[in-house]
Formats: sequence, structure tokens, C-alpha cells
Amino acid sequence: MTLVFAGISSHAPGITGRAHMAEPAVVQEFHGAYFRMGERLAAARADALILVSAEHFANFFMSNMPAFAVGMASDYEGPIEDPQWLGIARRKVPGDADLSKRLISEMMQTVDVAYAEEWKFDHGIMVPLHFLTPRYDVPVIPMNINCQGPPLTPLHRAWAFGEAIRRAADAAPQRIALVGAGGISHWPATPDSGKINEAWDREFLEAWKANDKSAMLSYTDAATYRDAGQGGFEIRAFIAIAAAARGHGTVQHYRPIPIFSVGCTVASMDIGR
Amino acid sequence: MSLYQMQKFLFDINRDPAVQQRFLADRSSVLEGYELIGEERDAIAAGDIGMLYVLGANGQLLMHYAAFLGMEWSAYIEAMREGVRKYGPVRAGLYSMTTRLDEKVADV
Repeated sequence: MTLVFAGISSHAPGITGRAHMAEPAVVQEFHGAYFRMGERLAAARADALILVSAEHFANFFMSNMPAFAVGMASDYEGPIEDPQWLGIARRKVPGDADLSKRLISEMMQTVDVAYAEEWKFDHGIMVPLHFLTPRYDVPVIPMNINCQGPPLTPLHRAWAFGEAIRRAADAAPQRIALVGAGGISHWPATPDSGKINEAWDREFLEAWKANDKSAMLSYTDAATYRDAGQGGFEIRAFIAIAAAARGHGTVQHYRPIPIFSVGCTVASMDIGR
Repeated sequence: MSLYQMQKFLFDINRDPAVQQRFLADRSSVLEGYELIGEERDAIAAGDIGMLYVLGANGQLLMHYAAFLGMEWSAYIEAMREGVRKYGPVRAGLYSMTTRLDEKVADV
């Protein structure tokens, strides 16, 4: 089959863990948009969900840091974080080892991915799943792009990674949903947490919506760090989705919510040919 | 090399409940497994989030560790500010502070 759904969303831990600290109406609007993204995903009747995220040292560390990693297990576990702190209970999440193996084999024709038969989920994956598949009834295939431990994966390689996902999805019999989680500008896990560069975010989202490859790949890490913080490096996940979907995007929700540390984003992209 | 070792400790404890249990039972025996310098060992032993922040611990590693220690969000943010106040600017890594010491960015 091919991709039957594509989108991007925020994954900051405050979205669930600090929901009680934000304005209730603002939370409701954002959470509502996030849940509705899950409803659209369910309506697409996907057999599996590929979740491309930037993980935060739940599995990969500077002892052996892959530029790309893909999960290949029949189930996963998360969150690693204190469940009360994240506001999400620890649980097993179903995977699909055979589909993973199939996708990885095809992706490896053009991109060197590491595979992992063990993978613990952190907020980067657990927060999106909380909204997108709240019954955990869709097998998940986690994918990671190194946005944390420099040297980071170059943006043009994130694009190539997305192209490889699409090629692999097109060759698989299953109906596959694809979501990229992260970003956009933010300065998480510092005293700056809550600082958000809304203008930068909106400019990036315009390029993403238009699937403007050259604009998305024109960011340098130095400029991103300066203007969008270390959290801005997570645009890699969004870039991969644009490369895979080949369509145009629609932003269903964007609003900076400082106590959540990010401009809270929910967006979808149609699947181009 | 010791910043790497300090972060390795945070990586190990954040993801592995068995390490968490061993650490809660006997901190020093767990720390013996890492080549730490004195101020790193002292900061971990004292739960000094501010010092670990200034030493350059990756913010994500440190945030998860503070959650494991049971620190409430505003206390964790303030502990990092307090670290910069006491020990000076962040010495390594990507998670430096760009806001003012008296600035409450998200009202915390």
C-alpha cells in the first residue's frame, strides 16, 4: 500500500505533565486539536504508525550514537520518565517486528539506519501516542533522528531519510500512517524554558506547508541554535515527514504555550504522488 | 571525559529502574562505576541540580533526573537558576541560559 496519513505535532513533556499549570481554555483547544488529529488518523484505517521523533537519551547515548535508528521489536515500553511527572502511565505499546524489518531492509538501500530490537519510549513518543492512539491499538514503529548529541544528523540527510521512508512504505502491503514529533523553536530543560520564537516558528511552518525543500534545508545549526534554541534542532523530524509525504500541509493548531515550553503544533500533510 | 561519565550516569539511572533501586539503596556504590571528578560526585550525592546544570549536563538528561528525584517543576527551574547564581555560567554543552536570573519566563 503506501502512506495513508501524514502529520506533525509537538511532543514536549509539559503538554501532559503540566497541563494543570496552563489556562484551561487554552489547554482544551490544543488538546482537542491533538485528539482530532488522532481521530483523522483512525479514520485513515492505518495498520501501523511510524512515529519519527527526536528521543532524549532513552536508548541512544554518546557511547554509540546513530544518525538514524528504527525500532524492530514486537512491543515497546514507556515512558522512562516518572509517570506522574509526565502525566502518562507506564505501559507496553505494540510494535510490528515483521513490518519494521521490511521497512528497514528497503530504507537501508539508501540510508544507513541502525535498528533496535529493544527501545524504551520517552516523552518524545509517549506524548504523541497519548493523543493519537489513546487506546494503543495501532502498532507503532519508532524512528529516531539524532537531534541531541552533536554532531547532529545533517538536514539534507533527514530529507533523504524521509524519502527512504516513503519508498519503503510504498513497497509494503500495509496501510501506514506517518507522524513526526518535535520542535519547533524552544529552549527546553533550561531556565529559559517557555521562551518561544513565534516568528521563526511561523516562517518554518510556511516552508513546511509549501513543502519547500530548499527553504527547509537552508537552516544552519548555528542559526537555529541562536534563533530557535537547542530544541529547534528537532525540525529534522518535520523535514523527514515533508520528504516522505510529498504533499502540502495544513496547520490545524499553532499557539505558543509557555508553560509547555513550545509553540504547540498540530498539522497534517496530504500524500503527494 | 568526566562530563561524558557524569552524563552516562544520568543516562543509566534515567532509563533503568534497577539502577534507580540500587542508587536509592546505596548511592556511593553506584557512583563508583563512573570516573567522576570530585565536584561531579559531590553534586550528584547532594542532589545539586544547579551544579549539575552548570557543569554542562545535557538538559534532557538533567530534567528526567530531577523528575526522578521528585522535584516539582518550578523548584527544578529555580534550582538551575540558583546554580548559575552560585557557580557562574554553564561551562559546557548546548543547554546554556540566555535569560536573566530574575526573569520568570513562563511565570515559574
